[in-house]
Amino acid sequence: MDILFYIAAATAVISTVLAVAGTGVIHSLLFFIVSLIAVSVVFFTLGAAFAAALEIITFAGAIMVLFLFAVMMLNRGTAMGEMERERFTPKALAVPVIMVLALLVAFGITVFKAGAFSAAVGPSGPKDVGTALFGPYLIAVELASVLLLAGLVGAYHIGRRQSK
Amino acid sequence: MGLPEKGLILSWLLFLLGLFGVLVRRDLIFILMSLEIMLNAAGVAFVSAGASLGLPDGQVMFIFVLVLAAAEVSIGLAIILKLFGRIRTLDSDAAGRLRG
Repeated sequence: MDILFYIAAATAVISTVLAVAGTGVIHSLLFFIVSLIAVSVVFFTLGAAFAAALEIITFAGAIMVLFLFAVMMLNRGTAMGEMERERFTPKALAVPVIMVLALLVAFGITVFKAGAFSAAVGPSGPKDVGTALFGPYLIAVELASVLLLAGLVGAYHIGRRQSK
Repeated sequence: MGLPEKGLILSWLLFLLGLFGVLVRRDLIFILMSLEIMLNAAGVAFVSAGASLGLPDGQVMFIFVLVLAAAEVSIGLAIILKLFGRIRTLDSDAAGRLRG
């Protein structure tokens, strides 16, 4: 189980690096989908089967597909790709790299200094998640549905054709 | 250090990669995608924390993170599509120049 976790985690990090490193938008989105599937495998090894299934169905299957459809609708050509490539100079990358390295060190110290949790683990299946959602998290579910309604109405209103 | 703690390290690496993408890229679609990378990394952190305690609460928080990401992506892409119809480029510097 550990080996599967390491392989999946390495796949997720490498494909995310390739997604961010800029090889055209469609390629980056597909690399990110690979990363999402790898993260889903990580969830399976952690015993969170419901989260793993939801990651594939919702994140990789709905949100990224929405991204791909929008990018295909935009039909932008290669102008942005060339502009991005010429902007990747070392001088432009210096400040973000320094900031990310500072956060890397700061987070890393926190993560590695935290003591190990007690090994009271067991897989939490869909039944436990469902019980939690219908029990203590009921109000949060209602608020999430309100948020989705707001997203729906907002996306419809922003995206509609202006009638002259 | 058990498996959930290593999941926390994975979340840390993914979040920093997404942050790097937001800072460096100028294409609006790339910035939105890097935001999604950061949200996914936060979800990994939640699920790892829940798995380390054996509770389903981490997965419940992950569901809410997913709902948030979906709503944000739909509205963000609608805005980007409208913006592209107005200024024929997706450069964030060009989008920042307000022309009344």
